[in-house]
Amino acid sequence: MDFTSLSFTDVTRNFGRRRALNRVSFRLETGEIVGLLGPNGAGKSTLLSIAATLLEPSSGSIAYGGQPRADWLRGRIGLLGHDLYLYPELSAAENLAFFARLHGLPDVERRVSSALERAQLVDRRDDQVVGFSRGMRQRLALERALLHDPRLVLLDEPFTGLDDGSSAMLVQRLQELRSKQCLVLVATHDLEVIEPIITRALLLRQGKLAPIPPGAGSLRERYRRTSV
Amino acid sequence: MAKAFPVLTVILAGMFIFAPMLIVGAPYESTMGLVQKIFYFHFPSWMAMFLAVFVAGAASVAFLVRRNPKADALAVAAAELVVVFGAIGLITGPLWGIKAWGVWWVWDPRGTSAFVLWMIFIAYLLLRRFGGPGSERLAAAVALFGMFNVPFVYWSVNLWRTLHPKTTVVSSLPVSMGTPLWFSTAAFLGLAVVLLKLRTRLEHQRAALDQLFLALED
Amino acid sequence: MSFLAIVLLVVRKDLVVEFRNREIVYTTLFFAVSTLLVFSFSFVHEGRAVEDAAAGILWVAIAFSGTLALGRAFERERQNETLRGLLMAPVARTALYVGKLAGILLLLLAVEAVVVPMVGLMFQAPLFRYPLTLISLLVSGTIGFAAVGTLFAAMLVRTRSRDVLLPVLLYPITVPVIIAGVRGTAALFQVDADLPMARAWLSMLVFFDAVFVTLALWTFEAVMTE
Repeated sequence: MDFTSLSFTDVTRNFGRRRALNRVSFRLETGEIVGLLGPNGAGKSTLLSIAATLLEPSSGSIAYGGQPRADWLRGRIGLLGHDLYLYPELSAAENLAFFARLHGLPDVERRVSSALERAQLVDRRDDQVVGFSRGMRQRLALERALLHDPRLVLLDEPFTGLDDGSSAMLVQRLQELRSKQCLVLVATHDLEVIEPIITRALLLRQGKLAPIPPGAGSLRERYRRTSV
Repeated sequence: MAKAFPVLTVILAGMFIFAPMLIVGAPYESTMGLVQKIFYFHFPSWMAMFLAVFVAGAASVAFLVRRNPKADALAVAAAELVVVFGAIGLITGPLWGIKAWGVWWVWDPRGTSAFVLWMIFIAYLLLRRFGGPGSERLAAAVALFGMFNVPFVYWSVNLWRTLHPKTTVVSSLPVSMGTPLWFSTAAFLGLAVVLLKLRTRLEHQRAALDQLFLALED
Repeated sequence: MSFLAIVLLVVRKDLVVEFRNREIVYTTLFFAVSTLLVFSFSFVHEGRAVEDAAAGILWVAIAFSGTLALGRAFERERQNETLRGLLMAPVARTALYVGKLAGILLLLLAVEAVVVPMVGLMFQAPLFRYPLTLISLLVSGTIGFAAVGTLFAAMLVRTRSRDVLLPVLLYPITVPVIIAGVRGTAALFQVDADLPMARAWLSMLVFFDAVFVTLALWTFEAVMTE
């Protein structure tokens, strides 16, 4: 079971009296990397959680290749949240192995090794994550999210804490995903870093989504123009 | 159904006005005298409470399965009634006890079970009040667990209490006093239904108000 | 992966994490022993314990330290949002519940392995008179308490005021477990032990466990989706 598009139609999500998402609609296709931009508290994390099936919308619908939300989707979605989902007491290799087994992936050892290589953490594979810097954790968490070759990749602020080298690696990784025909949605503040790789950008502000039109000027300039 | 409601309320008002006359006319119980008449409030309150427990439990199941906000409104209304009628029962019980038997509380199976159930539904309300948004579903699970707990609470308290020798205190409910008792019970159950309807409507209005607040943000 | 395989995977992970850290084990154990001590002051009069105090104090210690352990165990899953990582896996969520339950059970049984002998020592309780029945009471009571507790602790993970709401919700619902545990244990500890009584309480506990584990399995999915 697989899918080639993600679409939100008039998705609204309320928390008590607070409206986090207000009739959000968009569509994502394979091979796209879409940037989800917006100020803090705009609802980006909520949107990603809904796309990941962890949260239900208050109204509206989400379709994965035309199919509604279902349990099997979880095996095809990779989510990297702000809190990284790593066990500090386990080593890098153990964290990866745990999630690999949880997802029922074959060939655990090989996958873990190649993930560690991509995260450039081979020499730290048996060290507990608690001792890792933010950047190291971010790299490991990204590989954990991609371990099961998901079709839909949802990244919440993946560039946090990354130095230039790691940033460049992440950009390269995203481009790989694009060529593998994944659907990638990246929520970020790092406009300069993300600009070269995204196919388009969406602005989420106070729960409302608007596309940032392509055109003259850098992403930051167009972002500012759309925000006004 | 909607038309029947005001009629029901009027009939109920009439019943509550008439009830004291019936109660005054009821025979005095041999050992306890006048004070036994608090029973006409005590027993119906417990009946109303148990009705509310099962309504809350059933509505919670419906809410968990179908996510219908109307089911949730009914559940919270019923839970509040559990607490209110339970409180009446828990107050009238000791008042009766101290006058009739000289002790405030006797740890009898029924009273103690009711107390535990009352606590469960206070916990339900505390969760809804302090749990923040999204706690309705969690509270529904608590109500469901509470409902299924009724037989276990009664079973365990009953077994616990039967170990102790029966005191001179009469710990079981007296023999039915006939008409006044069932009249009062019917009146209290009617009151429970009316209050449920009113509170549920209030809950719907609160939800509508929330929707308006949300619509403001559009 | 099969249900059982997931359960074992989660349990093994929890054991490894706890073994490396040992925070929950040490603090829960110490707390249980402190509770024993504090309650003893209330119920030991002129060097002798009030009747049935040993059983009561034992189960109070289990309930209190169990609540603490449950809170801490799920706080840990909350810290790095690893619970979300678990929920994102394409596995039956009930398997996650059973896995967490098994982990909590092992922890509580380990604590009981220390606390019960202490109670035996402090109150001259006859632990070895009917050891199988005693163990059965402890295990089934702990299962009942932990089954409800694991569900509640999991569902409260993202709730405000979760620290205080866990005991508020848990204690009234587990009243039958406490009554049965205390009275069953007391029946075994009393001077002329009442074995049939203890067995009656044991059967009630087993019944409770069956009903409430089933209920928890039914509701886990519903309460974990927001």
